[in-house]
Amino acid sequence: MTMTTDLPQDLAEREAIAPEPGYWDPVRHVLLDRWSTRIAFVVVILFILAAAFAPWLAPYDPLRQSIVSINKLPSWDHWLGTDQFGRDVMSRMIHGSRNSLIFGLLAPIFAAFFGTILGVTAGYFGGWADRVISRVIDLLMAFPELLLAILIAAALGGSFWNIVVVLTVAFTPGFARVARASTLAVKQEPYVEAAIAAGVRTPLIIFRHIVPNIMAPIVVLMTLWSASSIRIEATLSFLGIGTQPPNPSWGNIIRDGLTNMFATQWPIVAGGMAITIVVLAISIIGDSVRDVLDPENAQ
Amino acid sequence: MTVLMTIDGLTKSFADTSMRLGPKRPPVRAVDGVSFHIMQGEVLAVVGESGCGKSTLGRLLLRLIEPTSGTVTFEGQNMSVMAPEQVRQMRQRMQMVFQDPFGSLSPRRTIANIIAEPMDTFGLSGTGKARREKVAALLQMVGLPSIYMDRKPRQFSGGQRQRIGIARAISVDPTFIVADEPVSALDVSIQAQIINLMQDLQQDKGFSFLFIAHDLAVVRHIADRVAVMYLGRIVEIGTKGQVYNAPHHPYTEALLSAAPHPEPGRRETRIILQGDVPSPSNVPSGCAFRTRCPLAQDICAREQPALREVAPGLNTACHFAAAHPITRHRAQA
Amino acid sequence: MTLLLDVQNLVVEFGPVRNPVRVVNGISFTVQAGESVGIVGESGSGKSMTALSILRLVNEPPARVSGKVLFQGRDLMQIPKRDMPAVRGKEIGMIFQEPMSSLNPVMTIGDQIDEAIFLHEDLSKAARRQRVIDLLRLVGMPDPENRLSAYPDQFSGGMRQRVMAAMAMACNPKLLIADEPTTALDVTIQAQVLAMMLDIRTRLNSAILLITHDLGVVAEICDRVVVMYAGHIMEDAGVHELFANARHPYTQGLLKSVPTLNDTRKRLHQIPGTVPPAGTIKQGCPFRPRCPMRMDRCAVEMPPLVAHGPAHRAACWATQPEGVA
Repeated sequence: MTMTTDLPQDLAEREAIAPEPGYWDPVRHVLLDRWSTRIAFVVVILFILAAAFAPWLAPYDPLRQSIVSINKLPSWDHWLGTDQFGRDVMSRMIHGSRNSLIFGLLAPIFAAFFGTILGVTAGYFGGWADRVISRVIDLLMAFPELLLAILIAAALGGSFWNIVVVLTVAFTPGFARVARASTLAVKQEPYVEAAIAAGVRTPLIIFRHIVPNIMAPIVVLMTLWSASSIRIEATLSFLGIGTQPPNPSWGNIIRDGLTNMFATQWPIVAGGMAITIVVLAISIIGDSVRDVLDPENAQ
Repeated sequence: MTVLMTIDGLTKSFADTSMRLGPKRPPVRAVDGVSFHIMQGEVLAVVGESGCGKSTLGRLLLRLIEPTSGTVTFEGQNMSVMAPEQVRQMRQRMQMVFQDPFGSLSPRRTIANIIAEPMDTFGLSGTGKARREKVAALLQMVGLPSIYMDRKPRQFSGGQRQRIGIARAISVDPTFIVADEPVSALDVSIQAQIINLMQDLQQDKGFSFLFIAHDLAVVRHIADRVAVMYLGRIVEIGTKGQVYNAPHHPYTEALLSAAPHPEPGRRETRIILQGDVPSPSNVPSGCAFRTRCPLAQDICAREQPALREVAPGLNTACHFAAAHPITRHRAQA
Repeated sequence: MTLLLDVQNLVVEFGPVRNPVRVVNGISFTVQAGESVGIVGESGSGKSMTALSILRLVNEPPARVSGKVLFQGRDLMQIPKRDMPAVRGKEIGMIFQEPMSSLNPVMTIGDQIDEAIFLHEDLSKAARRQRVIDLLRLVGMPDPENRLSAYPDQFSGGMRQRVMAAMAMACNPKLLIADEPTTALDVTIQAQVLAMMLDIRTRLNSAILLITHDLGVVAEICDRVVVMYAGHIMEDAGVHELFANARHPYTQGLLKSVPTLNDTRKRLHQIPGTVPPAGTIKQGCPFRPRCPMRMDRCAVEMPPLVAHGPAHRAACWATQPEGVA
């Protein structure tokens, strides 16, 4: 066989041009291009650092009560003052960020995992598997996640893992729906048919050719729901069915603060601000990532 | 030559499965009772316009879609009754080259992984260095430099990707390859490269080849026999010489005449068919071509013509195939 | 013959001003009144960009378009953008590759063609209706009176292309620009549409600028051919002259590599290498990496289009006639 093509040279020529955008390039692009997103990114990283180094950063033990220093206003010793038990609000906020952020990240990660399994199964195999999974998803979606969380937490009690399970159950349908839709789209791609025609076994087709190509929307959804997750954890703790006292979380700091509102307003203000800032920052990141991945907005 | 594949009464209809309210559309008969055979080492071209069922036929032969009825016998085994795992095992001997060079390579895998995938599947690739050497040899066979095997498909042009797809198909040394319009998405100056490459590989390795195309000119160089399809049926099948030089079906003639010819001043000699291809969900009674056929008579609406041998090596499904004078003279091949 | 369209030094570029990607690289060509000219090229040749630039349909920015487009002596690049719609449709008609996406799916075809007339001409409703029917008859639509109230999705691809042609011809334009009008169609339908275009041309004597990748289509309906490659015009000649006596190695290779029906060769001729993406080869002749006749000079300097005879130009150092240095 004779091939007279001078392809190497030609390919070298192709090298000279700017490479096409990679799969994650748009994400990188958006995270760095908009100043609002950049600030949001910095904010989230600061909060994560605070949670990670809480024992070193917090000036006091968040649980230590002190009868001599109750309801103090902010001062050099206590930046955010103290509460009705004399606990340092600043330390409680820093330690509380652990519970809040762990919920914020853990529940969406679990939900993404289970949701992807369910969605890919429904989307790839279709038939009765699809019908059963889709109906269950519809059922769960019809239920407001907060209401579902309250019901289960009220029934089972508000331990840490109970709440994680509750939020995971509440979020899974959303991921499953996105994973199913993406799988249906990717399944139509010729490279999936090519893999089938090559004789590749079904599990390998799913892990090699389907899952890697549906990850982008899943990741977007994870950022969006981290914000919801933090908010819901705060709500549950505020209602007394989330993180249990005396352990701090932003939600029950506000709850404690509310009963003591006329003595000092600082716990409420601090808790509320922290939740607002983090949720806002994560939402901004999520929005811009979604904008980039939405073909309607592609440049 | 021995027969590699026998296709008997193969039919595929797609039912209307939409959840729409209101009456269901009638099922679409994409492939309608098709029978033919493929010899070992032969190149059979299947030609027809969009909606004629040629791509569905190719996929039915590989059992990528399930037939509604009919049988496909490959190397003496009846594929139609095989369990999915048995069919999967057969894929080592039957591979496919796809139309879309951009979509048919997994975008996030390297060229080496894409090409080695069929070998990996059947445990033929070995590991590490041996596997890379096999991939390099395959790349060389399709005229690509092996130093690029760790790149992703997006760095290659359409023609180069089609070469990669061909390397993947021949990697397991199949006895049968279906190529579904492998050059129709490529630039003109690249089409010839790919056709020549496939012709060389076919002659080298001796696999049988089902080459699907929408245009008779493209398969002229590579085909041994040509089947012309119209609305799910084969209307004419025969040796290349017969089909190009002495077609007996008016549709084949029209297809030959309709192709724009890169030679100025041939405008006068054209047969232009009137009307559109009818919808495959509403195929005319009798001969499906009768609504556009210049020779149609009453009998064409009543009876569906069967494929009959009208000349040595030429089977035609037309009531007037034997009687009908070839109106045009083509240059002898 | 009168000069209808005179494109001079048309440049379309993208990207940074200092290191632009030139998709169309300073091309010049003409179309005479009533003449049918084909622009042939592969992907990235700049042929569609050329057509869009003539109609001022290129988005600026990101693109930068310069040069002159003289249509009946008036430079279309200089007239205010808001006056372009009056030129498009009235003086220059357009047909695109995808008839479905160019038609409004929720408007009847009668209304859509009527709109094209209404925008440009002051006629009574009854007169416009008659004109619409005449146009549909012109493009070979069977039973036009009863098709006026049909919607685009009730037509096949070939019929939609006829509707597009009827809209393009609504105001009797002097120039019809058709961008790959038959590419999406089946062979037998393509033959119908080509016959229709020839018919329109003989009856209305409009000039046609046909953008295509298909040399067969060019041979069918063009009087003259402009061959483009990577943003440059490589050759420009009468259709018979080009097919019989191509002077550029690219044209020669292209003509030899097209599979034909009465071809007795065992193998197809092939041009080696890959079609370069638009604007990537910035110095010298872009065909050089694939050219069998390349010389050292080709790497440095793009050859100019020089005359190879009456109305025949080609841009190649290797084949240009003696004495034209």
